[in-house]
Order: sequence, then structure tokens, then C-alpha cells
Amino acid sequence: MNMKVNFCGVEFKNPIVTASGTFGFGDEYNEYAPLSEYGGIGTKGITRYPRGGNKPPRIAEVEMGILNSVGLQNPGIESFLEDLMPHIREYDTNIIANMSGNTIEEYCQMAQMLSDSDVDIIEMNISCPNVKHGGMAFGTNPDVVYELTKEVKTVSKKPLVVKLSPNVTSITDIALAAQRGGADGLSLINTLLGMKIDINTRRPVLANNTGGFSGPAIKPVAIRMVHEVYKAVDIPIIGMGGVMSGADVIEFMIAGASLVALGTGMFIKPDLILDVKRDIEEYCNKFGISDINDLVGSLVLNE
Amino acid sequence: MEQIEKCKVISKTEIVNGVFDFTVENENIAKKTKCGQFLHIDCGDKSFLRRPISICDAFDDKVRFIFEVKGEGTKELSQKQVGEYIDVLGPLGHGFEIKNYKNPLIIGGGIGIFPLFKLAKELNSNANVFLGFRNKDRVCMEDEFDSVSKMCIVGTDDGSYGYNGYIANAMEHYIKNNPCDVIFSCGPMPMLKAVKGIAEENGIECQISLEQRMGCGIGACLVCVCESIFEGTNKYLRVCKNGPVFDSKVVKL
Repeated sequence: MNMKVNFCGVEFKNPIVTASGTFGFGDEYNEYAPLSEYGGIGTKGITRYPRGGNKPPRIAEVEMGILNSVGLQNPGIESFLEDLMPHIREYDTNIIANMSGNTIEEYCQMAQMLSDSDVDIIEMNISCPNVKHGGMAFGTNPDVVYELTKEVKTVSKKPLVVKLSPNVTSITDIALAAQRGGADGLSLINTLLGMKIDINTRRPVLANNTGGFSGPAIKPVAIRMVHEVYKAVDIPIIGMGGVMSGADVIEFMIAGASLVALGTGMFIKPDLILDVKRDIEEYCNKFGISDINDLVGSLVLNE
Repeated sequence: MEQIEKCKVISKTEIVNGVFDFTVENENIAKKTKCGQFLHIDCGDKSFLRRPISICDAFDDKVRFIFEVKGEGTKELSQKQVGEYIDVLGPLGHGFEIKNYKNPLIIGGGIGIFPLFKLAKELNSNANVFLGFRNKDRVCMEDEFDSVSKMCIVGTDDGSYGYNGYIANAMEHYIKNNPCDVIFSCGPMPMLKAVKGIAEENGIECQISLEQRMGCGIGACLVCVCESIFEGTNKYLRVCKNGPVFDSKVVKL
């Protein structure tokens, strides 16, 4: 059975990656399942300069999911490249480096710095709901997405994947704008903007008031969006949103994802990757699938 | 390598109303546990995330933890029966650091007393222990702490049992008149703030155990943070990984 996936010219040993922001830089999860088990890892979102992040509480549990408002706490790109990358590179897995900027200039600077490094893919986050500047503000207007992608693409020497926000009226308009700007791939979905109120205090549970909604509750939205975007664009997709099992990974692939990311589900099962791989193998055996790539976009709609 | 552990519940008691004392069997966890660490427990289907619960004691192949039912997760956990298995990550976190102290002092409030029990044992029954509760009905583990400490003072906020008033006041009075070279503390935030203030005023080392809403529990997701004295990336430290026990001088409460 072939599990290998060629994504934007980079070979992945299997289609399972991790969602940026849920996985740190990998060391903690490596204790529970070797990082070599993953096709690739999406590293914690980095910014041009170090960021402390938002005030706690940063997490609220909701039905079948969570809200988070971390706010891109990270050591900055220079520390990422100098202190962390050499170590992360030793793991036998691909590195998808996630970056977030306040301005087009910052995005371009970081894309240049990452292009000169040993990362495999650059994931451009234009969809963080938890920061005041940049983040989602870039990801909700097709003209801005086009302009930003085009500028970053001129300096990027690595495959550029644009991470899309679900907090828009038409995600396909945004996806098409990114494709027109030259994106090599897309990843979706980032978290849905949400809020939870403590009825005893009549205040939001999160210190930041709002946060990004993730977990199995959002999976149907993510599946629908991956399907819509897959139909609209010609570039490959990293699908994510609420994956808790191998069946969920397969569902994303049928909807049109070439790679699928684990995220919040790993908070409950830090070795989720092992179950997921076993489930996928069983599924492929059951249906006589010899190449995992045959699943991608294999959805048949009802008449 | 670490793994998700299955722990068999071997005893369960409701020691005061809504507070459950569980002992489970798991040799891996029992052998690795250092005082002040916690377990990240899958409570059942009704709660999505795991719940961090501090370890009260660990010996042979047994791990003991005590928790108060506060929400859906702890309610589900409290309904586990003897003989059932629970799914656990742990032991996790950075616990208490024990050096060669001459006159250690332990102060705990309410359900914050539980992670201090193994510590008291490991201080070779040499610690002076102060335990505070809201009222007489909430008092627990007095005899157990008494048996592993040099002296054990119990107080209640409303004066219905033992020392009358906040236990931090009793501790402050004590250290003004007696030698003390370290304070270990866990409890409600107002108590921790008072203890931190008293320790720092008197130039005494102080280790405090903090609580925060957690995600992964292993240090990756950065949600369970507390504010530190540092700036930049280290402005917020991870309670699950850098803590839950911190030097009081490093954190802002």
C-alpha cells in the first residue's frame, strides 16, 4: 500500500501532519509517539519578533471542542531559526513552518528568512483570530489575500501554503485569490471565532473575550469547506478541523485534502497518530485501496 | 517514551461532601511520581478535555489523588467505581524541589492541601504544617498530616474549628517567632498572594503550586499559562510544564 504523498513537490511519507499551534515544536509529543511517524509537522506560528501572547485564561471547554486565545506566543523567527530549527531538523519528518505577520513587509521578510533555512514548506497564516493586527484581518478580504500572496511569492523560494480562515462569507473567493496570487497550496480551516460566557459572572470565560473554536464539533464545517475549495482550485489542500480518528482523516481526503492535520485531538490522545495510521491501513485493506492518493477528492455527490 | 496509562481504581471514599479520595493501581506512575506533580485524567464522555488533578501520594504500585467535584468532568470522575479503569497521562509537571532544609514550613488551603501530603512525607516529618479550611465541615486529612509533620496547625476562616481566621495569619505569627528557611504552599489565590507576600517580606524561600485551565497538559499548546516577572517569550510560563510548582519570586499572582 502506498502511503506516500507528493505535496507541492515535497514528498511526505504519509498524509498525516500536525496543525500549527497545537503541537509546539514537536518535542513534547515526541515523548508519546516518535515524530518520524508523521508525514510532517506544522510548527507553532512564528512572528517577526517574539510575542508574549494573551492573558490567561486562554482556554474554555465547550461541547465537543474548545476555544483558545493563546495569541501567537512564540520566540520570534530569529530564535526559531537559530535555536530551534537545527534540533527539529534532526527528526525524520517534513517541517511546515507557520508564520504570521503584522504587515506585508513582515510576511515578506519572514518568507525570505525561511526560504534560506532548512524548512520544507512555508505556511502563511492569514487567519489567526486572536491577534489585534494582521492575522485574520489579512485573510478575510480577497483583494488583500491576492496582494499579500503575490508579494510573498516573489521572495519565497519554498512552496508557499496559505492558511485560510473559515470566518468569511465565501471561502472559495479567498482560496481563488490565494491561487491567483501564486500560492502553491492551501490549508484549511483555521479556528472559528467563538465566545463562551460564564453565566454566574456574566463575563466571557476567556480573558481575551473571544477565541478560536476547534475540536470535533467543527469538523462538518471543515469538511464542507475543504470540499468547496477542492472543487474551485487546482492547487493541493491540507485539510484540518476536529480530526479524532483515522476515519476522520479519510473523510477529509475524500472531501479533497491531500494532507490532513491532527490538532486539538492530540490534547486528549497525544499518541493519536498511531491509532490514525492503523485505522487508515485497515480501511485501505478493506476497500482494496493500493494508493492513498486515490482517495483524494473521490467524493461522489448525491444527485 | 511516555504512554497513556490505564489505572485501576482500587479504593474510593468521599472524605468530605463533594471531595473524593481515590487510590489507583499503576506501577509506572507510582515509581516516577515526584511530589507536587499531577495526573491529566480522561474523566469520560461528557467532558472533552482531560482534567489535571494533583497527586496526593504515591507508593509501591499505588497512586492516590483527591479532588473536589466542581464541574462535569470531576463529576464524571467521581462516579468511577472500584475495579474500573481510568485513562491517565502522568506524572506530569515540575514539582516541589527539596533541598537540605532545616526548618521547612508547609501551608495549604482547602483542596490545595492534597499535593502537599507527599511533600510532608518526603521532608521526613520535619515540616511545620498549617492547614486552612472554610469551616469545620471542610476539614480533612488532619490526622494524616499530623502523623507526617513536626507540628500541624489547623484553622478555619469562620473559627468553627481550630485556629480562628485565615491560616496565613497564623503562619505569619509563627515565622516572626520561630526559624523557617522555606515555605511550600498550595491553595486559593488570596491565600497564595498572602503567603508570597509574607515570605518575600521575611526573605524566606517560597515554592507555590498553581492551578490553571489546561489543554494538552504536556507543554505544547501554551494555554495554561501564568504571568511571570520576565518579558518577551517568557512573559507567560506554562503551568503544566514549567510548573505547577514555581519559585514565588518568578510569578506574578
